[in-house]
Amino acid sequence: MPTIYIDNKPYEVKAGKNLLETSLSLGFDLPYFCWHPAMGSVGACRQCAIKIFKDEKDANGKIVMSCMEGVKDGLRMSITDTTARAFREQVIEWLMTNHPHDCPVCDEGGSCHLQDMTVMTGHDYRRFEFKKRTYTNQYLGPLIHHEMNRCIQCYRCVRFYRDYAGGDDLNVFGAHHHVYFGREKDGVLQSPFSGNLAEVCPTGVFTDKTLKKHYTRKWDLTTAPSVCHHCSLGCNIIAGERYGQLRCIVNRYNSDVNGYFLCDKGRYGYEFVNSANRITEPLIRTRPVEAVDETTLMNHLKNLITLHPVIGIGSSRASMESNFALMQLVGKENFYQGISDDTAYLEGRMVELLQQGDVHSVSLKEIEAADAVLVLGEDIWNTAPIMALAVRQSVMKTAANQATQQSSLFAWHDAAIKELVQEEKGFLANITILSSPLDAISAIAVHESPDNMARLGFAVAHLLNAGIPAVSGITEKEMLAAKHIANALQHAQRPVIITGSSCCNEALIKAAFNIVQSLHTPERKAGISFVLPECNSTGLALMKAPSFEGALERVITDDNCTAIVLENDLYRHIPAAEADTFFAQCKNLVVMDSLHNRTTEKAHVLIPAATFAEADGTLVNNEGRAQHFYQVFMPVNTHIKESWRWLGEMKTMQAKAANGLQQHPDEWLAKLEVTLPQFANIAKVMPSHHFRINGQAIPREPHRYSGRTAMQANLAVSEPKPLQDDDSPLTYTMEGYTGIPPSSMIPYFWAPGWNSGQAVNKYQQEMGGALRKEDPGICLFANKKEGASPFFKDSPEAFIPRPGKYLLLPQYQLFGSGELSIHSKAISELVPAATIVLSKKDAADLGAANGTLITIEKNDFQYRLPLIIHDELCNGIVLASAGYQGMPAPPWGSWVKLSV
Amino acid sequence: MRQSTLPGGGVKIMLSNLRTMWLVFLHLFHKKETIQYPEEKIKLHPRWRGRIVLTKDPDGGERCVGCYLCAVACPVDCIALQATEDENGRRYPEFFRINFSRCIFCGYCEEACPTYAIQLIPDFEMAEYNRQNLVFEKEDLLINSQGKYPGYNFYKVAGMDAGVKEKGEGDNEEPVVDIKSLLP
Ligand code: SF4
Ligand code: SF4
Ligand code: SF4
Ligand code: SF4
Ligand code: FES
Repeated sequence: MPTIYIDNKPYEVKAGKNLLETSLSLGFDLPYFCWHPAMGSVGACRQCAIKIFKDEKDANGKIVMSCMEGVKDGLRMSITDTTARAFREQVIEWLMTNHPHDCPVCDEGGSCHLQDMTVMTGHDYRRFEFKKRTYTNQYLGPLIHHEMNRCIQCYRCVRFYRDYAGGDDLNVFGAHHHVYFGREKDGVLQSPFSGNLAEVCPTGVFTDKTLKKHYTRKWDLTTAPSVCHHCSLGCNIIAGERYGQLRCIVNRYNSDVNGYFLCDKGRYGYEFVNSANRITEPLIRTRPVEAVDETTLMNHLKNLITLHPVIGIGSSRASMESNFALMQLVGKENFYQGISDDTAYLEGRMVELLQQGDVHSVSLKEIEAADAVLVLGEDIWNTAPIMALAVRQSVMKTAANQATQQSSLFAWHDAAIKELVQEEKGFLANITILSSPLDAISAIAVHESPDNMARLGFAVAHLLNAGIPAVSGITEKEMLAAKHIANALQHAQRPVIITGSSCCNEALIKAAFNIVQSLHTPERKAGISFVLPECNSTGLALMKAPSFEGALERVITDDNCTAIVLENDLYRHIPAAEADTFFAQCKNLVVMDSLHNRTTEKAHVLIPAATFAEADGTLVNNEGRAQHFYQVFMPVNTHIKESWRWLGEMKTMQAKAANGLQQHPDEWLAKLEVTLPQFANIAKVMPSHHFRINGQAIPREPHRYSGRTAMQANLAVSEPKPLQDDDSPLTYTMEGYTGIPPSSMIPYFWAPGWNSGQAVNKYQQEMGGALRKEDPGICLFANKKEGASPFFKDSPEAFIPRPGKYLLLPQYQLFGSGELSIHSKAISELVPAATIVLSKKDAADLGAANGTLITIEKNDFQYRLPLIIHDELCNGIVLASAGYQGMPAPPWGSWVKLSV
Repeated sequence: MRQSTLPGGGVKIMLSNLRTMWLVFLHLFHKKETIQYPEEKIKLHPRWRGRIVLTKDPDGGERCVGCYLCAVACPVDCIALQATEDENGRRYPEFFRINFSRCIFCGYCEEACPTYAIQLIPDFEMAEYNRQNLVFEKEDLLINSQGKYPGYNFYKVAGMDAGVKEKGEGDNEEPVVDIKSLLP
């Protein structure tokens, strides 16, 4: 470890880092703008100036940019040097000559990096007497607000948008001191990662447009650590509330999962919590006055659950606690997953392979660090966007690493490395049904039917491992692709294979598994990642309960059943006819959910459930990582409770005594661990609700939280007692432990002098690395049996289109396919129209053109959608927009008839 | 107490008392400070920190831009508001509430306000029998005047276009940049 001297004090530091990140890691406050831990240095802003000295005797030294200077053993530098300080202050002063007088009306204010850095350098008075430069703004869509006057030309936005996230519709225009950051013309930003601009931009040029509609300063938000509920990746978020409404989502850094960035669905999909469509009171629909109070509800439920056989339908979007509470209430043998047999089978298969197979389920961080990636069948751009971002980093970083190995450049030297790398890319094979933006950085992009993709996968596996039989009848072209892929994977040290359930095809999973297992050697760490449809699909699959079909049989044979449906709109997962039969057969139907939907309409008893923001809970992400989310706010409406709490109360009622029953999330998890051994260790995901640090709970409100004695004074002038949270170590006050809590319990990032989100610096062990008191979730697949599991030898037959029939497959859209996010107004504006997709030939055969309405038909399923013709789609397949609101669940993966 | 233990202490105390009595006696011939309140009103200085008002700018627009700085500056947290925007993007408070039963009239809110919107005025006559009546909403606070600081219009000096002046039209602003031009 090299030693450097900062203001004459020696420090042992890590080699290969720049002086800025080193100083920050050591806890020094050094201002910066253009450097970003995930994007490296370009030396554009001149804000991070320090002095370095030749040797001890050098009294003059020279000013350098700390972000552009690497650590050298024996290096002497000064942060406090007067000239360096004056330099930094002058840089801010220059930036400020054009900066508008906007802070009071700027949404960045109070979490503004520019404000923080200005205060840090000491600049406080405008001496410049001339006029300010001004720009016009652009309309950038419903997610991001643009206020260009506030720009300080740090270039972070374009570096993130173009280089990091691969977008191409944001750029820098103009010249000299007139540069402009925006689009070529007004219009919606196209990248699904555009929301990160609000956090990446150190000023208020780009801000969250949905927050603007109900604007609250950071210091006034009640916040809690939470986990995104919009896909299976489980990105960590901080959600903020004010006046009983969820106001915004910002990124919560987790070095193993989402790092610094979120996708736009995760950031903006929160508004369903405030939706007018919420279920707000318990209803008993069999009564003349449907709305009832809790006692009446409970008495009614008591009859339903004690006098009838009870079955429970779980949910892949409900927490582990809620699913398990339901299982406890109805009994293990009466608990069913609320998904179709096919889906349950596929998901069960993936979970089983991760549990038993000798394969490693990779984290997003490991995907970023992979040196070859094969995406087999999954459209991750739409189903797991942050994974797509991670794959992009792997491609870019691999090339950069190869380049730096042959030169003396440091990995953080962003601009220089880009020069060196030019168009070189790491290896990515993107094998999907339709093209995605990832194709642009892929070495190979193949667009095929699921069966043929699986065959390609089997061919690759065969090339890697002769023990796996060759694929019969494979074409020369396919073989060429397979060889290319196999070769690249073989030369990689950390290859990753990604697949998922969205093609409804088991062979893909088998092929991916074969490849990973063949690649995995003591020298080579190969990994696999399965993408699942929903935020807790893995958790539900791990419970290994029978699918919905089992429940259907039950109610058909026993017509006296009470069914409890937990946070699940069955019409999204089950063909309408089956769901209708189920509902008709249930003697009593109890539904608990947060939003009204087609299933809640059928309920005899409807119970208002809390959303993620109003609940504690645990989710298991696609990787098998259990992560806890904490309640952000207690709903004012006391009818709204977490499903596990409702179910716990029902259980107490059923058991007639509350002794020994679970009441708090930690107790539910402890019980879960004992009851279902596959969840071993899950209770460690959160501390006991009694946990305190130095006797103090962790406050959800920052110490500057305002308005305490006035917020509710219109209702009653005496302030109410602060809300009590008995479920977790977090509290609803501004008092409590102000130090750094374990990383999974950080309610907000703040440090003295660091009000913006960049305060995360102070929470990290080293910049861009693990957090202090790191606690990144519990990997349920971490400890498993040693020894390879058998290979799959059954590659599927080549896909042959059938005359007059088409294989129906889902097409997921980032905006539109989400059940909850669609209730956010901003997101609903971005949803592409629902369509079906056919190849040119198939469309011609049907005599249809773009826009022609086409009917999909199978048995009693019928649905009509307009057509889009896609050249890449192979013949014999029809894609239909999946998961759209109000659309019945089509028979995915089956052969359907089409008519014009 | 300490003095009385000194020699001659008792005499000193007696002299001091006599002096005090003499001074009090002299006050009989001074001008009276006591006034017949409430018939007679006291004269307060303009900077006296009393009842809080929200003022308007010279154009008659609401001055408060809903920045929350007063609320965060308030040591007793008795200001609560919610910012909203009109169709031009002009920020103003949707509601603005001060709980005067908590206010200590410290004036921090006025000091923090970047727009001169919130001002403490020389009026203290706001006693109430019912404490709830001390909760003032925006309707109770907003006055039709610029208060102590006439002439200031925040949106004229801010960079934003909120329907008050267009980009580049402010006194301190250059015309908007033509990004298609490469001329210096
Ligand atoms: S970007 Fe920061 S410094 Fe500039 S107006 Fe906004 S809050 Fe103020
Ligand atoms: S818009 Fe923001 S991120 Fe982009 S250059 Fe300007 S200040 Fe930097
Ligand atoms: S005068 Fe002081 S106590 Fe009263 S509202 Fe203003 S800041 Fe708060
Ligand atoms: S500080 Fe002034 S402008 Fe800001 S919210 Fe308070 S009164 Fe309004
Ligand atoms: S952070 Fe070093 S020059 Fe910008």
